[in-house]
Amino acid sequence: MNFQAVRSIYSFEMARFFRTLSQSLISPVLSTSLYFIVFGAAIGSRIDEIDGVSYGAFIVPGLIMLSVLTQSISNASFGIYFPKFLGSIYELHTAPVSFIEIVLGYVGAAATKSALIGLVILGTAEFFVDFEILHWGAMLAFLALTCISFSLFGFIIGVWSKNFEQLQMVPLLVITPLVFLGGSFYSISMLPPFWQTVTLFNPVVYLISGFRWAFYGTADINIGISLMMIAVFMLICLAIIGWTFKTGYKIKT
Amino acid sequence: MAAILSVQNLSKQYDGGFQALKNVNLDIDEGEILALLGPNGAGKTTLISIICGLVNPSSGTAKVGGFDVVGDYRQARSLIGLVPQEIALEPFQTVMDALRFTRGLFGKRNDPALLKSILEKLSLWDKKDAKTMELSGGMKRRVLIAKALCHEPRVLFLDEPTAGVDVELRKEMWDVVRQLKQDGVTIILTTHYIEEAEAIADRVGVIRSGELLLVEEKETLMQRMGQRQLRVELMQPLDGIPEALGHYDLDYDAETQALVYSYEANGERTGIASLFADLSKAGIILRDIETKQSSLEDIFVGLVEDKA
Ligand SMILES: Nc1ncnc2c1ncn2[C@@H]1O[C@H](COP(=O)(O)OP(=O)(O)O)[C@@H](O)[C@H]1O
Ligand SMILES: [Mg+2]
Repeated sequence: MNFQAVRSIYSFEMARFFRTLSQSLISPVLSTSLYFIVFGAAIGSRIDEIDGVSYGAFIVPGLIMLSVLTQSISNASFGIYFPKFLGSIYELHTAPVSFIEIVLGYVGAAATKSALIGLVILGTAEFFVDFEILHWGAMLAFLALTCISFSLFGFIIGVWSKNFEQLQMVPLLVITPLVFLGGSFYSISMLPPFWQTVTLFNPVVYLISGFRWAFYGTADINIGISLMMIAVFMLICLAIIGWTFKTGYKIKT
Repeated sequence: MAAILSVQNLSKQYDGGFQALKNVNLDIDEGEILALLGPNGAGKTTLISIICGLVNPSSGTAKVGGFDVVGDYRQARSLIGLVPQEIALEPFQTVMDALRFTRGLFGKRNDPALLKSILEKLSLWDKKDAKTMELSGGMKRRVLIAKALCHEPRVLFLDEPTAGVDVELRKEMWDVVRQLKQDGVTIILTTHYIEEAEAIADRVGVIRSGELLLVEEKETLMQRMGQRQLRVELMQPLDGIPEALGHYDLDYDAETQALVYSYEANGERTGIASLFADLSKAGIILRDIETKQSSLEDIFVGLVEDKA
């Protein structure tokens, strides 16, 4: 195992993040603040408590997830796509590194970045609403698992994308709707029974529900099932990456 | 001397079905400079891309320092540095960061003294903190060379190091290559300029349409390639070559009324002066003269005919 190479990729990617720190942080923090003002303060004051939690506090976990998911995907996909676009990816192929080290470096860095962004948003939320976190350990574990699995997913998108449009398509067309319809702003139990069933096919529902359980101890879905679903998603991503590696698909001729 | 690079029966068929390399065999000794000479599309980049790990071979093997480039890729790649044909650098990275990144990829700890000496050798030390996008084309290429050297490879591949580079820079690049050879690095470079192969190589491999036609000591090959032709257009037509000129290697082209004289450009005596003297003695009046070096294409044709 070439750990030095993993470190090299990781710190290079983190350097890019810190070089553009204001950009990297301002946009997610700003948009989240706007959500808090609009949904939390303005509209939320007219909405009843959900499961004993004020509406402003209720949407905190969902909003963090919204940013963390999109950031994980865009960071990881961009991280591997950009060298492909520039041609500088030749270095990865000609160095004594395996695909595993490449994945560890890029996915590790992308997951770290989005976890940092998630924590910064959590801090921002403190300014707008009062809330307590019941299970800190579970909250951090959920955050880490989500960052890692969606960074893996982003890495796959980056490897497969042929141009910038494809790179942005998945986050835009798939992730945003799934997150909005995944219970960020409402409890699943508020939906009519038919839509409750449909919602169960949305993987993000399990993430948000589990994450919210870590905050407030209440959840739409059993926490064990939530954990299992995210583990399954991570395994699927790992399997796709393993297969991509084996066939060299879209990476080598 | 032992071969540091050994290529056996190497072939490559791209996904579209195109056969880019056909059963290539090649051994390279440690410490030599080998030029792979061939026109665009010959398969030069494909060959070195396979050795460096960028392209998977369809069949055959390549070994560097005894390590198979596919099976023992870690050991093999540790010995190799590649300077690619196209300039590809992270635009916002500084020169020094770029070197540190590459050295890390090769599993080596940062070594400031070594990186400094490499940058100095390539006249880049004063640019160490410049972003790569701020550099000129020639400097960018030197950064690529510095990156390729920063893990102390024993074999360096340079893919068309002087394509699209002006004369000044080309000379500079050749000096760099010679210096590297003195440091004991084995160098394989590709080019489509005969003069380049002539200027710096110890041996030359000629490649066309995916076939390595031959690999020869430069001197031997240059003699073969050194054929020049002198065309002498005449005022009056001739019936044939006059007896007095019989001992020259002459052809007569009746259509253009020209005598064509072939000679060795590298020979001690070209015989041109005495030819002119004999022409005037024979009373033949000249209208125009022209000399022509055999082109790469002529040489290929010659080589293919020789092989047949
Ligand atoms: N990825 C690829 N897919 C299909 N054909 C390719 C690919 N890369 C190169 N070729 C073809 O293989 C031939 C050799 O290319 P290359 O090795 O780049 O030649 P050279 O470096 O000598 O100019 C060319 O005809 C080129 O079009
Ligand atoms: Mg080429």
